[in-house]
Amino acid sequence: MKILCTAQAGTVESSDALVTVGPTEPGRGLDLKIESVVERQFGEQIRQVVSETLCSLGVDDAEVRINDRGALDCVISARVETAVRRAANAQYGEVRP
Amino acid sequence: MKRPRRSMLYIPGNNPAMLVNGGVFGADALLLDLEDAVSVREKDAARHLVRSVIRTVNFGSTEVTVRINGRGTPFFEDDLAAIVPVKPDAIRLPKTECAEDVRELDRMLSELEGRAGVKPGSIEVMPMIETAVGVENAFEIAKASVRVVAITIGGQDLTADMGIQKTRGGNELWYARTRIVMAAKAAGVDALDTVFADVNDEAGLIDETRMVRELGFDGKAVINPRQIVPVHRVFAPAAKEVEQAARIVNAMKEAESRGLGVVSLDGRMIDAPVVRRAQKILELAALYR
Repeated sequence: MKILCTAQAGTVESSDALVTVGPTEPGRGLDLKIESVVERQFGEQIRQVVSETLCSLGVDDAEVRINDRGALDCVISARVETAVRRAANAQYGEVRP
Repeated sequence: MKRPRRSMLYIPGNNPAMLVNGGVFGADALLLDLEDAVSVREKDAARHLVRSVIRTVNFGSTEVTVRINGRGTPFFEDDLAAIVPVKPDAIRLPKTECAEDVRELDRMLSELEGRAGVKPGSIEVMPMIETAVGVENAFEIAKASVRVVAITIGGQDLTADMGIQKTRGGNELWYARTRIVMAAKAAGVDALDTVFADVNDEAGLIDETRMVRELGFDGKAVINPRQIVPVHRVFAPAAKEVEQAARIVNAMKEAESRGLGVVSLDGRMIDAPVVRRAQKILELAALYR
């Protein structure tokens, strides 16, 4: 999925995450930055969930910022998906996760 | 097998904290809401979130239902496409007005179940009746598909459709409630009542729940976990009722074993409807244990 514009999903409320996805030059890969209240303990796991979700959505090049407020993996994954689809302006179902 | 549906807790579909904790409050069922509790701009986010949470979180024995957006909205098909693959127990269809609304949902569910490898016919349907037309078509709606396990009244939308106010006493919903409960009983499905919106008025909640239980409703939607226990208390048969029901059923069994055609207890003859009612009370007591 090609990222065409910058888009956000989620909130900075407890148990949620604010995810921002934006375009980058083709071939630059994923530029992923994570800020989390539980970064020391779960930073690597969050990175893995985000990377897997981006991979399943077919996103190769993107700038991704995660502001995590203690969200579960399933919440982070959903927020990443929403932000990506908004940034790609894709309707649900065009690319199957 | 019949499921308890005394309380069905609404949870806004775009609220992660409430969604992941939905199973801990002891409600019989959860109503994960993609409709009125979600703004138009967040419909996509709620759809992805609810799908992800159902796929991941173990809600135990709590029935998981999703209120999608109605058939006439641009979100209806996307909601179903996202939610069916994670197999909720049931879909709640808002603003159901006629049997065709249910049949169309049934067809789409069958198609999506087939595509997602979900057992055909396994996702149940609970039409919400919240317009005057829907009330008049309640029985046809309840009979429209074998997937229908309950019909439910939506009080706020119905009173808006009628151009009147929803009041604490609820007189304005009297006809709709009695019509819907009778349609449900005739169709052999559960009848579920609307929410009681004032979470600080526990006495009002108890009065309304008692009234709908007496009318024959099987459960009530709740909007706050605090409303669950009072609702369960009202729907539970009283200990004395259960005790008397057990005596009646035992008397019936004893009469049968002795080949007697007439059942009597404490010197009084017991009619067949009294025995049936006693059996129902014992079934409910077991279901709500």
